[in-house]
Amino acid sequence: MSDGSMTIGAAIAPASRATRRTLPAHGSRRAYSAYTLVTPAAALMLIMLLGPLAGVIALSFTDYQLGAPHFSWIGLSNYRDLFADKVFWTALRNTLAYVVIVVPGAVIAGLAIALLIQSGTSLRSLYRTIYFLPVMATLIAMAVVWEFMLHPQFGLVNGMLRSAGLPAFAWLQDRNTALYALCAIGIWQAVGFNMVLFLAGLVSIPKQLYEAAEIDGASSGWARFRLVTWPMLGPVTTFVVVISGIRSFQVFDTVHVLTKGGPSKSTEVLIHTMYTEGFEFFRSGYAAAITVVFLVFVLALTLIKSRLADRGVHYT
Amino acid sequence: MAQIELSAIRKSFDGTDVLKGIDFRVEDGEFISLVGPSGCGKSTLLRIIAGLEPQNSGQVQIDGRPVDSIRPSARNLAMVFQSYALYPHLSTFDNIAVPLRMRRLSTIERLPLLGALLPSRRAKERHIRADVAGIAEQLDITPLLRRKPGQLSGGQRQRVAVGRAMVREPLAFLFDEPLSNLDAKLRVHMRAELAELHRRLKATFIYVTHDQAEAMTMSSRIAVMMGGELIQAGTPAEIYNDPGDIRVAEFIGSPKINVLPGRIRKDGGVDVLGTALKLSCSAAAGDCRVGVRPERIDLGAGPFSGSVVHLENLGAEAFVHLATEGAGLRLIARLADVRHVPAMASSVAFGFAPDAVRIFDPAGKRIEIRLEQAERIREPAHV
Amino acid sequence: MSNAHPIPFRAILRHVLLIAGAALMLAPFIWMISTASKPQTEIFSSELHLIPHQFALAENLREAFAKANLLRFLLNGVIVTVSIFVLQVMVALPAAYALAKLRFLGRETLFALVLFGILIPPQATAIPVFLLLHKAGLLDSYAALVLPFTISVFGIFLMRQFFKTVPDDLVDAARMDGISEFGIVWRVMLPAAIPAVTAFGIFSVVAHWNDYFWPLIVLNSEHLRTPPLAVAHFRNSEAGTSYGPLMAAAMVIIAPLVIAFLFAQRRFIEGITLTGIK
Repeated sequence: MSDGSMTIGAAIAPASRATRRTLPAHGSRRAYSAYTLVTPAAALMLIMLLGPLAGVIALSFTDYQLGAPHFSWIGLSNYRDLFADKVFWTALRNTLAYVVIVVPGAVIAGLAIALLIQSGTSLRSLYRTIYFLPVMATLIAMAVVWEFMLHPQFGLVNGMLRSAGLPAFAWLQDRNTALYALCAIGIWQAVGFNMVLFLAGLVSIPKQLYEAAEIDGASSGWARFRLVTWPMLGPVTTFVVVISGIRSFQVFDTVHVLTKGGPSKSTEVLIHTMYTEGFEFFRSGYAAAITVVFLVFVLALTLIKSRLADRGVHYT
Repeated sequence: MAQIELSAIRKSFDGTDVLKGIDFRVEDGEFISLVGPSGCGKSTLLRIIAGLEPQNSGQVQIDGRPVDSIRPSARNLAMVFQSYALYPHLSTFDNIAVPLRMRRLSTIERLPLLGALLPSRRAKERHIRADVAGIAEQLDITPLLRRKPGQLSGGQRQRVAVGRAMVREPLAFLFDEPLSNLDAKLRVHMRAELAELHRRLKATFIYVTHDQAEAMTMSSRIAVMMGGELIQAGTPAEIYNDPGDIRVAEFIGSPKINVLPGRIRKDGGVDVLGTALKLSCSAAAGDCRVGVRPERIDLGAGPFSGSVVHLENLGAEAFVHLATEGAGLRLIARLADVRHVPAMASSVAFGFAPDAVRIFDPAGKRIEIRLEQAERIREPAHV
Repeated sequence: MSNAHPIPFRAILRHVLLIAGAALMLAPFIWMISTASKPQTEIFSSELHLIPHQFALAENLREAFAKANLLRFLLNGVIVTVSIFVLQVMVALPAAYALAKLRFLGRETLFALVLFGILIPPQATAIPVFLLLHKAGLLDSYAALVLPFTISVFGIFLMRQFFKTVPDDLVDAARMDGISEFGIVWRVMLPAAIPAVTAFGIFSVVAHWNDYFWPLIVLNSEHLRTPPLAVAHFRNSEAGTSYGPLMAAAMVIIAPLVIAFLFAQRRFIEGITLTGIK
């Protein structure tokens, strides 16, 4: 037991050695390489993301126009102009209408399809592939196809309506239907994405819960859905709703290629207004103000999500 | 020749002291186990020796040379990890070859496509292949060389990890709980294999484990760590028979040592459960703790009695759990002869020889005792 | 959900509903192929028919390729998406490794910024980034299409989460074997993260192949057009006159991704729904 090379309870070590504090070189070397490893990412993040984000907010308080020799700080003037502009309110109203239609449509359809696919075992992956196809296909190309499907004279949709004896519409050319037509394309494109998220959610529900529910007397499919499926899908549903909301807020591609916001501003949406002001008229300051409004909405949605997600945790 | 000396090693994470000044010296060719409960700092100490973790203060010397500013790979130590840490995308051969390639090939020679074309690399690769093959031969893993870690069993992965450590002919081997991911049967087998490997290589082994049985069975010396301090080091027999601290006594040995409350009288005698033991000590009067190993408790005769509350018959031996009458203390006695197992709930008399007793002060430090010679001779008469 | 004895009626209802929905989902694709296969006269007839009386797919394709340099646009798409992905990985992987496995001052702040960055929609930074490229004289170039996307905070986050699951022992073993920190990223972490990198690659390539907003903003020259921009321009110049070639062009543009998707659909679904990972 008496081992000369060891001090029992070595806390009382010779002071001269204990006080010699050394930061070994290899430790600092590792920290040094950490900084080398993150520098490109951090720099690019600053230049391409955080800087521009601060920039867009700053810009919204100026009268900067691309190509103008100088600019001045004009405070809230852009926002005053914006809130006085009928086009802005139309765009905001249209955007909200688009969100309010597309989100429930794409979420409910996505959930229904996922439940249907999951309720049987045959042809699961075939159905999944088919419903997911629109997510993959380049939206601009498919928008052009949709435009032709909605063609007043030669389109598939009107052709079928006519053969069923129903009235036909000019869809994209009619201010009463244009926005709804865009919503339909939006839903068509988003359903598959939501379906896949719901499928993942459904798969992760433990089978025993359904067996327990059955033993506890939930004999109908609906009862089991209410008791198990719906609560267990809570967090997924929240996520799907918010992400659909955020994506719908960003609607631009279909609008720009099919209607350019028309007819008579009936499909004007926020990002399209921002694009027109910022990149066609080059009124950067004004467009930045629109961007800020858009950003507020998107971040609010995210905030709601994280609130709900915190609440949802205890039943995941 | 690899002798490792640690002096006043201190380490803290986020204000918590994990190591509180460790002084220790590992001699060349020793198989030393660092043993202790989880969180005692043994793994941190090993990582400091390896150079994976910088210490806050203190010094690590290998063969008398301070290595604190030297990178892990340049210390020329090898380490076998708990999870084996094999590169999942590389074959067994390539896993073992990594340390050689990193050491022998230049940066240019290591380049994926270009490097393979260099004639110098091809010559070096030939040597590497020969070295790896030699190691594989020794460890009996030649048929596994082309497989990926995912296709190997736990024991095979273990061998590959040892091979990767051996191939670089390190100054010392560091093992971080290498057997804890194996099942019980394989663990016993690998214990023998590692001990055999140590005998063959005659290299310095530093072996971290929380399993006192591993430490007892393999090492030439054991260092017991508790709460960031190294509290005792010695041969397995010394640690088992001569614990300097009650924590060591309790940690080493299974089942655990029995600890009874005792009292040191003014005259130096010691009372346990109202009975005077036939020994004395020179410590001050007061409370003390009396430890007796389960195999040193004699059932059937003695001044104490208890009732049997639980029995574990393992076939070759049996453990009898007793509750003392009155005080309600629990004890475990090991019975070598299972033919004489007492009945459940029966009352049994028991005692122990004075030289089976280890006495500790309330702080847990060992108190030296003197046996009363005359009494000791009379003792066997009981049996 | 799972019934011990599936009633055939239920199974039939399931298929009827799903097939009806599938028809709705596939209608545009079918109509696109159908129209692309019809001659002009059949397209402009009010009589509905799916199968062309006279196949004209080859003619329409030929006309599409003659009117627009589709091959060039597809090549642009490949150049841009591949460059973006490669640069994203080169930037994100080292950062993700440092965030997951190294201790350094400012790590928490950096990670918080990454999480914050994920919340910023790409449209929000468009104006300042555009001005930045304008000042740098980089507008209307491949660089304008690629540079803004070289940083993927989502990629950093994703890879960091994945690297967290790689055992620390593996990193330590690599250090003991003499691999540098930089080497660990490429020799140890990258091979271990191939599934995650693949999924992220699919996510990134699909997103940027299909992106319309950014190329629309920064491009002027015809020869740089990406596939979506090409379709949009084709449509603007031909709309109302030659739907056959237009549909053929749309087919060509969506074909690469759709075909790749059909071959590796599980991986694609995994990649594109990455944002669904909590």
